Amino acid sequence: MTEKSSAIEIHGVSFRYDERQILKDVNLTIRPYDSICVVGPNGGGKTTLIKLIIGLLSPDVGTIKIFGKRPDEAHQLIGYVPQSTQYDRQFPISVQEVVCMARIGKSFTGRYSKRDKDKTLEALDEVGLADLGDRSFSALSGGQRQRVLIARALASGGKILILDEPTANIDRESETHFFDLLRGLNERMTIVMVTHDVGFASSFFTRIACVNREVIIHPTSELTGKLIRDMYGGDLQMIRHDHSCSNKGHQHG
Amino acid sequence: MIIVVAIKDINMVEFFTALSDPNLPFFRYAVIAGLLAAIPFGIIGTYVVVRRISYIAGAISHCMLGGVGLGLYLQKAVGISWFGPLQGAILVALLSAVILAFVSFFSKQREDSVIGALWSAGMAIGLLFIAKTPGYTDPMSYLFGNILLITRNDIFFVLALDILVVGIVGVFYNKLMAICFDNEFAGLRGVRTHWLYLVLLCLTALTIVLLVRIVGIVMVIALLTLPAAIAGNFARSIRQMMLLSILLCAIFVLFGLSISYQLDLPSGPVIITIAAAVYLIVSIGLKYLFGGKA
Repeated sequence: MTEKSSAIEIHGVSFRYDERQILKDVNLTIRPYDSICVVGPNGGGKTTLIKLIIGLLSPDVGTIKIFGKRPDEAHQLIGYVPQSTQYDRQFPISVQEVVCMARIGKSFTGRYSKRDKDKTLEALDEVGLADLGDRSFSALSGGQRQRVLIARALASGGKILILDEPTANIDRESETHFFDLLRGLNERMTIVMVTHDVGFASSFFTRIACVNREVIIHPTSELTGKLIRDMYGGDLQMIRHDHSCSNKGHQHG
Repeated sequence: MIIVVAIKDINMVEFFTALSDPNLPFFRYAVIAGLLAAIPFGIIGTYVVVRRISYIAGAISHCMLGGVGLGLYLQKAVGISWFGPLQGAILVALLSAVILAFVSFFSKQREDSVIGALWSAGMAIGLLFIAKTPGYTDPMSYLFGNILLITRNDIFFVLALDILVVGIVGVFYNKLMAICFDNEFAGLRGVRTHWLYLVLLCLTALTIVLLVRIVGIVMVIALLTLPAAIAGNFARSIRQMMLLSILLCAIFVLFGLSISYQLDLPSGPVIITIAAAVYLIVSIGLKYLFGGKA
């Protein structure tokens, strides 16, 4: 766990779902304190890549190491922020109960210790929601819900923060706050984020990973206005994005 | 409409007289069993509603008729006296819970087909067994329930279930909430989600066995989900939702029994009609008053 070792090391990974090849021969090295943005068309394998990293899926071939450990042994090293739209809006649960979930595996019964509660409050404080702990999760705005989920990932205590489409349902103002928050967290954590919003995000991320069956890394300095336009938006542009990824001869990261 | 008109004639004094009448022990048992049963109904009903597994509950309850038929057949045709309809029901309910749990773990796409298959195959097998059982057995009391057939022994079964459900849910409250809210994340944090879901489905199965005694196979889903669905409009936590559904369930059973006794109507349908009417009124009321969740 030295600073020299890589945070996430993916080597020769392929993954099929039924007959479909989702990812093919993926190589990706993410160093500690990197900030990586994962982009690509729908169905291109972004979510699969994330699920492989957090150990929800295992690769058909190839290896994945998280600080040298197998993903299924590295759950404590990763704070995961799923898409906030997947949650049942009717579910009766308070903000604090959501964040506490990060600490749930610590005991057999799942009862929370004083330390668990302190960590929870600390994490809520860090995302600026310390006074909303008793609120109902469903009563919050999209941006606030997003921050609750980040707090939950922080309370897990990992060194890597992985976010899946966090900006999908929040307004521009929340988004600015959101990147301020990420910038702060990046000082002590590695950040991997899946998004559609490349143009806006690029000022923050150091590298961009295009995922479309294969994974190609661009430093954000390479990101020209044209490339951003190509990566943006609907299906038609997605196809052009694919084109620009494979035919322009980008080097692998 | 008949019910609405007749409600004026209902006399609570008569209800309480019947309750203390030593010649009507079955009525007393029904009320006691109904009130004690409200506890697992409210608790398990809450999980069924928040985890959205009411179709799984429906499959377990219908499939159970297979076990009831098996029990009747083994008892009356084969002569195995210790294995009756209750034992058969418990066995098949637990078995179908295990099957459904494994299907949801390992086959992501065809879960609904398996639910449908268990649902009707269980019923079919049950009816075949009943047909081959000597003597006349009326499947109606299993399909539509009859709380007035509750015996002293059933009350012990209800009490045992109360202790089991309150015990397990009391101990694993946080983990059960976590797997209902976000199963994937709970798994990543080291919760053994498969085991817990299996435990939850088995508790649901046992609760349904009891529920069938009271409202019958066909109406199980209603009494399991309606109180919890109403409570869900007001509750701010799972715990509140459980307490409120227990209370509502007890009220529905008590009023239902009282009305069915005095108007000489079958108890199951009366209980369900009351629950459904309250659900409808609350849903419409909330929509117009607050435009959604209170």
